[in-house]
Amino acid sequence: MTTHEKLDVRGQLCPIPVIRTQNKVKTLASGDTLEIICTDPGALNDIPAWCEVHGHRLIDAKQAHNEIVITIEVVR
Amino acid sequence: MTQPRKAVALISGGLDSMLAARVIQNQGIHVEGLNFYTGFCVEGHTHAIRAKDQRAQKRNNALWAAKQLGIKLHIIDVVEPYKDVLLNPKHGYGANMNPCLDCKGLMVGQAMAWMQENEFDFIITGEVIGQRPMSQGREKMPVVSRESGAGELLLRPLCAQLLPPTLPEKNGWVDRDKLLAFNGRSRKPQIALAAEFGFDDYAQPAGGCCFLTDERYSAKLKDLWQGRGKRDYELDDIMLLKVGRHIRPRPHFKLIIGREEGENNFLEGYRRQFTHLRPISHEGPLVLVDGETTPEELHLAAQVTARFSQGRDASEVTIAIHERQGNSYQLSVTPLEANSIPADWYI
Repeated sequence: MTTHEKLDVRGQLCPIPVIRTQNKVKTLASGDTLEIICTDPGALNDIPAWCEVHGHRLIDAKQAHNEIVITIEVVR
Repeated sequence: MTQPRKAVALISGGLDSMLAARVIQNQGIHVEGLNFYTGFCVEGHTHAIRAKDQRAQKRNNALWAAKQLGIKLHIIDVVEPYKDVLLNPKHGYGANMNPCLDCKGLMVGQAMAWMQENEFDFIITGEVIGQRPMSQGREKMPVVSRESGAGELLLRPLCAQLLPPTLPEKNGWVDRDKLLAFNGRSRKPQIALAAEFGFDDYAQPAGGCCFLTDERYSAKLKDLWQGRGKRDYELDDIMLLKVGRHIRPRPHFKLIIGREEGENNFLEGYRRQFTHLRPISHEGPLVLVDGETTPEELHLAAQVTARFSQGRDASEVTIAIHERQGNSYQLSVTPLEANSIPADWYI
């Protein structure tokens, strides 16, 4: 059974959202999903790039007003 | 079939570390990257704060380099251990507040711990003898190897032929003949090798990737310590040094003044930690007060705030003041004239 977790890194500037994502993903299993809520526009590039080099799947990345929500699926 | 040897590469995001990693990958070694976050990294933060910078490309160069190399990149938070490096550098500072040699020692030491935990075989860096005067002099190379604890497990592929053989070379994990002998400040050999490897887009940070090499940033850091009467910092302190206009009207307090909307938004996140001011009769900046003030000094802070508002030429500007202790009130003040702010208030 997979889980869906949320990570709130609003107000944090990159690379902290990436580091927090990386640390959270370590605790998750393959197939689990993680929703990252952040405010640094840099995360729109950095978190997908981090997913790509680690082989995780980017499900969605959207920006509304000053908030960004990125959803990824853990792939082991 | 034997497993390939595994190397952990320090990836700054610059060209040299990319080249070093590719040289080793080309010998059939499995490479993964480490990138360290000290809090002073130019990478990241500030480009996300100012609106004008948000239009610029916002990539993380270390992640970009990892993508080009096809390797995993692990970003390590070393904010806490870095404090001792900055506050008590055994080898002193460079031209500004940059403790480059101690910093390199910390990073290689952290890489050594990561290597052991993750069962990798050796460490590589993109160092080139003579490339940087403080941290990459020939005589400094053994210092980093020794003080980091990495010893002969630290290999510098770009200048290895000019250095004594390391364990990966002695054991035949890598072919020393295929390593390089780069030396000095010229970038031509690196640029030629980048072309050979097909790297046509890479970061070229002028002056390095650390705010501590910046003269103005270093001045603000020294001022912070002087104002507080102690050499110490938290992550928030050093983040705030990158944001806004810093003015110190009195030795015991300074003002951090947002220069535009992006900075005001960023400073909003610190409202609860600081007494803060904002014009309400006119458009204007959010201003944080760092330090303790008397009512008279807060009046002066309000006048400075008015000076940097759209009401700078008005006879009166109303300022909302929210004290850190919770009191909120308004003051109507005459904006300070430009020539009433001495040059030495600006940090």
